[in-house]
Amino acid sequence: MATSTTTSAPEAAVEPPAQTGEPAISLEDVTKSFRSGSETVTAVTGVDLTIGTGEFFSLLGPSGCGKTTTMRMIAGFEEPTSGTVRLDGRDVTGVPANHRDVNMVFQSYALFPHMNIADNVAFGLRRRGVAKAEIRTRVADMLDLVELGHRAKHRPSQLSGGQQQRVALARALVNQPGALLLDEPLGALDLKLRQSMQVELKRIQREVGITFVYVTHDQGEALTMSDRIAVMNHGRVEQLGTPAEIYERPATRFVADFIGTSNLLTGVVWDRSGGEPWRVEVGDGATALAAELPDTAEAGGEVHLTVRPEKVHIGVAEPEGAVSRVPGTVTETVYLGSATHYQVDIGSDQQVTVFQQNASGSGLVAERGERVWLSWLPEHSYALSD
Amino acid sequence: MSTGVHTPTEPAPQTPENTGAVKRSARPRRRIDWGRVYTIAVLAWLFLPILFMAAFSFNDPAGRHNVTWQGFTFRWYQDALAYPDLNQAMFNSVSIALLTMVISGALGTLLGLALGRFTFRGKQLTNLVMFSAISAPEVVIGAALLSTFLMMNITTGYWTTVVSHVMFCVSFVAITVRARVITLDPRLEEAARDLGAGPFTTFRLVTLPMLFPAVMSGGLLAFALSIDDYIITSFVSGDVTTFPLWIWGTTRVGIPPQVNVMGTLLFLVGVVLAVVNVISSRRRR
Repeated sequence: MATSTTTSAPEAAVEPPAQTGEPAISLEDVTKSFRSGSETVTAVTGVDLTIGTGEFFSLLGPSGCGKTTTMRMIAGFEEPTSGTVRLDGRDVTGVPANHRDVNMVFQSYALFPHMNIADNVAFGLRRRGVAKAEIRTRVADMLDLVELGHRAKHRPSQLSGGQQQRVALARALVNQPGALLLDEPLGALDLKLRQSMQVELKRIQREVGITFVYVTHDQGEALTMSDRIAVMNHGRVEQLGTPAEIYERPATRFVADFIGTSNLLTGVVWDRSGGEPWRVEVGDGATALAAELPDTAEAGGEVHLTVRPEKVHIGVAEPEGAVSRVPGTVTETVYLGSATHYQVDIGSDQQVTVFQQNASGSGLVAERGERVWLSWLPEHSYALSD
Repeated sequence: MSTGVHTPTEPAPQTPENTGAVKRSARPRRRIDWGRVYTIAVLAWLFLPILFMAAFSFNDPAGRHNVTWQGFTFRWYQDALAYPDLNQAMFNSVSIALLTMVISGALGTLLGLALGRFTFRGKQLTNLVMFSAISAPEVVIGAALLSTFLMMNITTGYWTTVVSHVMFCVSFVAITVRARVITLDPRLEEAARDLGAGPFTTFRLVTLPMLFPAVMSGGLLAFALSIDDYIITSFVSGDVTTFPLWIWGTTRVGIPPQVNVMGTLLFLVGVVLAVVNVISSRRRR
């Protein structure tokens, strides 16, 4: 909206927000609690986020983790109990939704059923007093962008779910907001439509260059679409990073477990003194760690580790060289064509999942009940904090 | 009047020729479709009295009592306005009903919105008061209203009738609207706010249009309840006469066929309004 550029900072008036260096959205120590009956429920606790202009940013987490509440505070539907929300550097805490330069795509689409598609899309422009002729061209352009130009005169109820979804997107984007907030926008679509809409959303975001904040509980969706992801749990941000960082280097047990498939192992720290690498006893073997151990870990104490299944090598012979190695017994094999999944019991009630690509075409490496060696590179296993 | 406002029930299309009974046995004995019989019986029960009223507006009675069929005539339609007292009573009834519809429509809509959308102190009490206004016997309400007006030194008449009618109609509108509000997606209003509409614009452009079918139904219900109310009106109308009061007054000397004429016309207006409401709410969906 025009108001944000003129009121944010004096020098910002000349340049578009992209050049001011201000982040599109920033949350500073934001906390939100709801009163439910006599008790207080805290939905979001001390969240700090900075979202850059033009970024595709995802808030990822299970239901009830506070991701939707966080987004609603950015939109202006909820006010933080404490903390500050800034849009383009301007403090908007306490500013109602209709005076904020962000637009939202609702999970239920929330299209106005008593208006046709064109009127739905024109709603925001009309509220801002844009000239009629300009509204007409901008609405037509936007409907063409989402490939619904021929449906302009239809009612929302006459459209399919995927089409309604695109109308909701058009209705928000036509206002050229500082940021677009999407609350599980693909949640109501079937799998095939979801996948094509993911590609579509990414294309539209590239074309219009607007900051997208995307709320989802689907880790696959977040990984494929996002520039950066904030993984949330119990109202806190557990980890913030690019999809690769979050997948390859999960910081906490929750993130390791929530994103993809992980092996969560419990080991005993051998030695805290001396140089690297740290050595941790796991099952009947040991792993070396390239990365730091948490400060709380001490010699003889327990530590949680993670290693991704596709990073583990499985073989009958004991591996040579400076790798992490653990012996075990195969308890289950699942042949999937391109790959084989192995379940390996490494003792002390711990199971390791291994994904092995069937590159050689020689069939299974080991049968059920066979003794095997698991090995991985030190930089592929990490100690996790709780 | 109130019977005419309900939506006509659509009997399910039945094709007895296609039922298995016909194919199975050689005897062409039809099974009795009890669902259809029941539907026809209920419709007859509802509409026969109205049909008699309409029929006797075309009767040509010999004496003062329009109770036996004598012959067909259009005379009473040409002479519909022959009784100035009756015309005045009809005018009073229609204008009171219209005022009741508008006032209780506006108040009841806001009340229904508040009850359906928000949690507030005294919400349960409001529900209780509304329900008791509906369930209390009319005689009790009428007597109570009369003593209230007397105690407050208010002369009963036209406006006390309007106030009393609004009082017992507003609950019906509120309940109709509340039912609709509960089914409304609150995200629709948030979407309007998100797109830059202030609270009032949101109400005008989104909330009210969505509630309109319920507001119309509630308003028509209020109109119907008001125009044929006898008991409460008889307590609070003072020296103002309404259509039902006038008919009651003439029962001893014989009801003129003009009453049937006006009743029939009133019924037709009600049917038209109900049909318009059904069509418009269908187009809205």
